[in-house]
Amino acid sequence: MRLVTLATLALAASASFTPVLAQKAQNAVRFGYDQVPENIDPYFNNVRIGVILGQHVWDTLIYRDPNTNEYKGQLAKAWKWVDDKTLEFSLREGVKFHNGEEFDADDVVYTLNFVSKPENKVVTQTNVNWIDTAEKIDKYTVRLKLKRTFPAAIEYLAGPVVIHPNEYYAKVGPAGMNTAAIGSGPYKVVEHVVGKSVRLQRNPDYFRDSPKPQPKLERIEVRFIPDRQTQMAEMLAGGLDFIMNVPPDQADQLKAVPHLAVTSGETMRIVFLNLNTLPDGPAPALRDIRVRQAIQHAIDRPTMVKQLVGEGARVLNVICYPSQFGCSDEKAKTFDYNPARAKQLLAEAGFANGLEMDLYAYRERPQSEAMINYLRAVGIKVNLRFMQYAAMREQVRGNKAAMAHQTWGSFSVNDTSASTPVYFGGGPDDINKDPQVIELLKKGDNSVDPAVRKAAYADALGLIAERAMGVPLYALVTFYVSGKGLDYKTYADEIPRFWEMSWK
Amino acid sequence: MLGYALKRLGLALLVALAVSAASFVLLRLSGDVALAIAGEGARAEDIDLVRKTYGLDRPLLIQYGDWLFRTLSGDFGQSLYFKTGVTGLIREKIGVTLVLAFASLALALAMAIPLGVLAALFPNTWIDRLSLALAVAGQALPNFFFALVLVMIFSIKLRWLPVSGSDTWAHFVLPTLSLGLYITPPFMRLIRAGMIEVLAADYIRTARAKGLSPRSVVLKHALRNALVPVVALAAVQLGFLLGGSIVIETIFALDGLGYLAYQSITHKDFPVTQAVLLILSVAYVLLTLCADLVNAWIDPRLRVA
Repeated sequence: MRLVTLATLALAASASFTPVLAQKAQNAVRFGYDQVPENIDPYFNNVRIGVILGQHVWDTLIYRDPNTNEYKGQLAKAWKWVDDKTLEFSLREGVKFHNGEEFDADDVVYTLNFVSKPENKVVTQTNVNWIDTAEKIDKYTVRLKLKRTFPAAIEYLAGPVVIHPNEYYAKVGPAGMNTAAIGSGPYKVVEHVVGKSVRLQRNPDYFRDSPKPQPKLERIEVRFIPDRQTQMAEMLAGGLDFIMNVPPDQADQLKAVPHLAVTSGETMRIVFLNLNTLPDGPAPALRDIRVRQAIQHAIDRPTMVKQLVGEGARVLNVICYPSQFGCSDEKAKTFDYNPARAKQLLAEAGFANGLEMDLYAYRERPQSEAMINYLRAVGIKVNLRFMQYAAMREQVRGNKAAMAHQTWGSFSVNDTSASTPVYFGGGPDDINKDPQVIELLKKGDNSVDPAVRKAAYADALGLIAERAMGVPLYALVTFYVSGKGLDYKTYADEIPRFWEMSWK
Repeated sequence: MLGYALKRLGLALLVALAVSAASFVLLRLSGDVALAIAGEGARAEDIDLVRKTYGLDRPLLIQYGDWLFRTLSGDFGQSLYFKTGVTGLIREKIGVTLVLAFASLALALAMAIPLGVLAALFPNTWIDRLSLALAVAGQALPNFFFALVLVMIFSIKLRWLPVSGSDTWAHFVLPTLSLGLYITPPFMRLIRAGMIEVLAADYIRTARAKGLSPRSVVLKHALRNALVPVVALAAVQLGFLLGGSIVIETIFALDGLGYLAYQSITHKDFPVTQAVLLILSVAYVLLTLCADLVNAWIDPRLRVA
């Protein structure tokens, strides 16, 4: 029995080791996240936390104001299109990297030329494979040549394409960036323990003219905690101050906790159903437009939004995110929830006695199951094939999936070229390959005239809806939980901006 | 004895080899590794490039042979995800796992020995019943559930201990309790059974008749003999603890080998998964082998088996 007493004593003694609850006094935030970046160099990971760290530690040439979606100069003071495939930047003077290295044209030229070479193996090639070469005109002027006409370049230059210090990067490379990251952003990395945590410290010398406001929080600690229950427990116990992507039912419970605050916000991650109409596809019935229209009428999207997606979500009528440039539903036909009409359409198509097909899915299982129930109600028996994302994509690309419950976050790129064309532009994930749609999307992707782009995308989205090629559903909502008193705003690109947060 | 030991050793090596082959095949059956490395949004060319770069386009048997050869020469290769040497990663993480495993084993023994002895000394009394109840509850509760209950009580309600992390010794208390209490019951039952048997033996009666104090009889004469099989069980349980800490390390975000295994599985980082599985299976096999040899050394009748 003496042992039990000892254990109790040990437990009591350890109380003094527990971290202090309030971070307000220290002006710090501890942020828990479930995924681990393979490398914190933004070019060498493809997880959201990598994007988040990228925006805090580094800067981009251009900045997109998340409130107005307006582009502003960040490391570049100004930019202009010299021709369809050439951009010229005049760079800001007096900016310094965290190691004291001065920012100038050499940094831009080195970074862009390094990342655009396929042999340097940047993880997400679509972020950089439009870059041909960058050349230095003078110390503060750079010309960027594109491989093809690519109007969305501005959006990429305001997102994933961060600028590294050339001398340091040439010396240490991506592996060295991972162990000791150096950028010019509002926060410096003071420590990175692979797979465990990243500690950030406010950059007191952050350049005043940056469109990102001067950071207020002194320290940010990012901790990788794989288990969501553990993240919740940490929030409850006061061991963390900020978590995101909290499941709706759990967010609901946390609302009742006095020292926590719950916020929800729509994300850019759109959800839709892909319907395979390829000639040798697994469900020939889907090639009949009446069957596809029946599927559109069978699903009660407003109810799904209300009951399964959560506060802040809305029904979408096109397969792109509304804030993306060119995403418009003005020409898109809409389908109301009308099971009777769905049954009638199926009967007309010769399936009065019902039909059977597979649905592939990889996340948001309750939503897949709801759709299966709606489809069953009109006579379509659906078998759910639920698997990992990579496995599902293999099936879709191998033309084995009749229907696919897809979600797509566009890598937070606020341009339609990053969403609709992935699934309808003739690429490996396109299971319709409609030549007219492909043509229109190409036009939208490649013109530099904004008016031409808008019209082409609107027409393409109109055709996709008219031909009922896919069922647009909604954008997912994400829930954020923070310690009460942390003042912050949420954005659809799911990047928490710690540089504008503060404790009240 | 030597022949027996060699036979067991050969068998142990075969088991380790079989585990490595099975895990190699299963990992690759779980989906296209190249697709997983290339990530969401990768183009067909990217995936082909990945497949070539990592040699994934070769026949499975050749890939396995290549891996086995390099592993036997001491090279676990590079992590596909973290892009660093697997050996270095494992060296960095194994400490946490070892601390957790030995602390849990120590805790389990510290609980099991007194409870087992008491239960044997007072069979069919409330003490025995209580220890039986503890044993049943300890084995019936899944350790991840027990871990969450501990977190609820000690971290959220009482705020005595941190929920997750591995920075201070306080971070190890709850994981050690969750793992340690889970393996306590088999020890407790073994000690109880052993003690009851030993206490009924003639030499104990002799010891008592000599007028030795009951304390000396129980601790010096009886317990020492009842503990022999416990040593063997401890070796086996240690192997279980090393492998079984995957769930507990993930729950408590303890930066150890189990957590590394979890991460590598989710990222299809097969060189890491493969190396961790191999280390864990070899540890388990070797510990079991030690247990067998110790048993055979104590009890010559086993050597014929």
